[in-house]
Amino acid sequence: MLGKRSIKTTAKQQGIRLAVSMMDLTTLEGADTPGKVRHLCAKAVCPAPTMPEIPSCAAVCVYPSLIGVVREGLEGTGVKAASVATAFPSGQASLEVKLRDTEEAVAAGAEEIDMVISREAFLAGDDTRVMEEIVRVKEACGDAHLKVIIETAELGSYDHVRHASMISMEAGADFIKTSTGKASSGATPGVTLVMLEAVRDYMERTGRPVGMKAAGGVSTSKAALHRLVLVKETLGDEWLTPERFRIGASSLLNDLLMQYQKTQSGHYARPEDFSKE
Amino acid sequence: MTGRLPVRKTYKLYVGGAFVRSESGRYDGSRGFNVPRGSRKDVRDAVKAARSASGPWAARTAYNRGQILYRCAEALESRAVDFAVDRPEIDASIDVLVHYAGWTDKLQPVMGGINPVAAPFLSFSLPEPTGVVGVVAPDSPALLGLVAELAPALAAGNTAVCLLSGDHPLPGLDLAEVLGIADVPGGVVNLLSGRRAELAPVLAAHHALNAIVDVSEDAALGAEIDRLASESVTRVRHSGPATSYDEAVRDPLSRLEAVTELKTAWHPVGA
Amino acid sequence: MTGTRTQVVWDYAPAPESPDHVRLRDSYGLFIGGEFRDPVDGERVPTINPATEESVAEIAFAGPQDVRAAVEAARAAQPRWAGLSGLERGKYLFRVARLIQERARELAVVESMDGGKPVRESRDVDVPLAAAHFFHYAGWADKLSYGVGGREVAPLGVAAQIVPWNFPLLMAAWKLAPALACGNTAVLKPAETTPLTALLLAEICQEAELPEGVVSIIPGDGSTGATLVRDPDIDKVAFTGSTSVGKDIQAALAGRGVSLTLELGGKSANVVFEDAALDQAVEGIVNGIFFNQGHVCCAGSRLLIQESVADVVVGKLWERMGRLRVGDPLDKNTDVGAINSREQLERIEELVDAGEGEGAQRRTVACELPDRGFWYAPTIFTEVAPAHRIAVEEIFGPVVSVLTFRTQAEAIDKANNSAYGLAAGIWTDKGAKAFEVASALQAGVVWQNTYNHFDPSAAFGGYKESGFGREGGPAGLRPYLRIA
Repeated sequence: MLGKRSIKTTAKQQGIRLAVSMMDLTTLEGADTPGKVRHLCAKAVCPAPTMPEIPSCAAVCVYPSLIGVVREGLEGTGVKAASVATAFPSGQASLEVKLRDTEEAVAAGAEEIDMVISREAFLAGDDTRVMEEIVRVKEACGDAHLKVIIETAELGSYDHVRHASMISMEAGADFIKTSTGKASSGATPGVTLVMLEAVRDYMERTGRPVGMKAAGGVSTSKAALHRLVLVKETLGDEWLTPERFRIGASSLLNDLLMQYQKTQSGHYARPEDFSKE
Repeated sequence: MTGRLPVRKTYKLYVGGAFVRSESGRYDGSRGFNVPRGSRKDVRDAVKAARSASGPWAARTAYNRGQILYRCAEALESRAVDFAVDRPEIDASIDVLVHYAGWTDKLQPVMGGINPVAAPFLSFSLPEPTGVVGVVAPDSPALLGLVAELAPALAAGNTAVCLLSGDHPLPGLDLAEVLGIADVPGGVVNLLSGRRAELAPVLAAHHALNAIVDVSEDAALGAEIDRLASESVTRVRHSGPATSYDEAVRDPLSRLEAVTELKTAWHPVGA
Repeated sequence: MTGTRTQVVWDYAPAPESPDHVRLRDSYGLFIGGEFRDPVDGERVPTINPATEESVAEIAFAGPQDVRAAVEAARAAQPRWAGLSGLERGKYLFRVARLIQERARELAVVESMDGGKPVRESRDVDVPLAAAHFFHYAGWADKLSYGVGGREVAPLGVAAQIVPWNFPLLMAAWKLAPALACGNTAVLKPAETTPLTALLLAEICQEAELPEGVVSIIPGDGSTGATLVRDPDIDKVAFTGSTSVGKDIQAALAGRGVSLTLELGGKSANVVFEDAALDQAVEGIVNGIFFNQGHVCCAGSRLLIQESVADVVVGKLWERMGRLRVGDPLDKNTDVGAINSREQLERIEELVDAGEGEGAQRRTVACELPDRGFWYAPTIFTEVAPAHRIAVEEIFGPVVSVLTFRTQAEAIDKANNSAYGLAAGIWTDKGAKAFEVASALQAGVVWQNTYNHFDPSAAFGGYKESGFGREGGPAGLRPYLRIA
């Protein structure tokens, strides 16, 4: 039923602006350089100079080596500097290496850390080790907020998605996140819903609100608005804020801008109407 | 003012949803056209395409496959004038496609069922597609003889690699163009022209083939196909060509059975 | 960021399905002998949109002479229709299926305008299933013996078919497709309040070049139906509707040797065990009773919850009900549409009042309802006793009655403790339990960990006073054949 909601006109415009404000604009490529990252920061702060009512994104997300550049680029803007850590994306490294990775990112200025759970431990049934790692990384974060990526594509079932979500929240995650964006699938409607329900049930049980980030595979405005519908109808309007919900994406932003432009002019836009970075 | 020069057709093989020349570059003549002479590598490529397409094709609903087969009938009806084949043979071919379009979601209740096992279990047996089916098409009737074997194979959820008649390949190659516009996913049907004596053994010996339907009416070739198929326990059916609509649909279950597997599953019933 | 955050409120804007492309005539006659004719002794009446109370088009009710004429036309056409090969009959039905698909959007909008159901449902369920039903039975037409264990078959002759207002087009498809595939001709009487999509189906039959007289479509009220089943020259009656009218029809056919199939009411039990996936069960409960405003013969109107999880499930259900959107059927975001008629609304209100009077606890979702039109907000009754009227009688509205049970055996007992036996739902993560309970339930359709799924290949029909005979699959052929 929720998959069939039709978002039009004013609701669509408001939804697009909300989606932009919740975006963690991301680049995680081997070929990333300071120049590219600086451009991305400018884009995150002001996505569309011709449409000033479009808000800034929530954060810029990069590898630890580029966080310094991000902090400079976002100085005084309110957009957060987020870094992946813990041997992203595979997480196949010792705990010591993962903690060091986290500490360096924080020292370089990361305000948000996106870690990966140890799927190797999870799939072997070792919940204790999964949770212990999260607890230690959270300590290493200091004041930075921690998002825990459960990598839904590798977990195999909705039951596993729910379970991984629960133990991550119990171990102290500030946000739970679907994917690294490097696996075969990301924030499908199904896993997004399961994770939102887990957040809701955890909230009901403990009173602590944990945020949720849908990353990977959300590349069209329609998909983004659909995720917002899921948030609204599972958790309520109070969760429609960057403090509680984020979308991790890169090419989505321009699709949102093109759709927004169409709602204003009535005509279809083209990719060249907006800068790629 | 001279008459207008018509643009001549280039006949090509149909493999993986695309129209391709033989990788060998060879050709034979037929009715004034140069027709690709398929090679063992073309057979290899076709089987690969058919294998790749078989998972997704089998995963579609029976209803969807039925609609696609019906659309093949729609397409053949609208392109009938393009075929150098007698109208009754084309009409029969169209009707065969319609008949088998209606089998896709009927095979399971007719060929499968619940097994009344003498223990507290729900046990059921379901027909499933065997996978990739090879068809050695007859010389005559060139179109109907081919469609009468292709339609049941597809209806049962299989993908197909067909070796067209060496003497009369054009109706099969024209059929490829019809399938190309009928929503048939790439790789589900592959049609190769060439010399049967050269290609049939290659096809029969291919380990990735699950079943082969031989309508060549060539006893020696048939025996060779049997022998080569045994290498990978490929299922074999030999048959004479259907020469009319009634013959093509007289015993549909035999055609369908030859290209399906039966899976039986058990689940306990109880607290 | 400091200071209080302003509360975001994201409301859905109206998302109307435009009726602009729909072309309805101002007035429709009766479809008899392949053409639309003026009624001879029937009257012309408006058919109204229950969401607005406005007239959508003028239609004709068939009078007794019109009914006679339709049966005569059907009889005249039958030998030639049966004489066609199965392949040829099938090809006509394939044409109808394809035409329904081509005109799908128009049919969906008209269905919602005439009957009140959300356009999302008519678009995604009713119309596609109607096309699929014709497609499926088209493929049986030349394979009939395979569907009945290899026996030689012949058609019955002329089938009189009466369909209800809750799935007008779909029920027409469920009746016509198998009847025609088997070589019968048909006279179909659509429901009093919802004749339009059947009349559009008549146009589709014309477009498909269906031979004259093979199908007649004669709207009318209860008296038209009563006249039709008493016609001396019919061979078969197929009725979907209320149990009380079904009993009348069965009595009226006494001693006549006319074949009969009935698809009647239900008070189906939706059973939630403690080991069910509860969030999914709640979605299934909502789908089971609020889909189509609860105007569904197989609606899961009795919710049986294992006591250990009853409070949790009711809590989640109530919360979910609060997010259902009641309103304009033509808005694509509407979940619950209009009640089909004033009469039906009054019946719902009467039974709900009775429920409160009996001592059950009622909660109704607070939502703004439009001034015009017939509406009822989703309602849940708890503290329901098995003997209460709201646990026994079919309400046919968006009202669910909750009862509890302790053990599997008790659940089965309670579920079976009904004169009805149409459908049931079972929610449990344990496969073995699901199959064991399924075999113990006296219901013609059992849904495990889902609800309200239909397919032309899956037989549907009831036990006990929910009727007899099946629609769908090879079992759906049998009621339209004579074993030769």
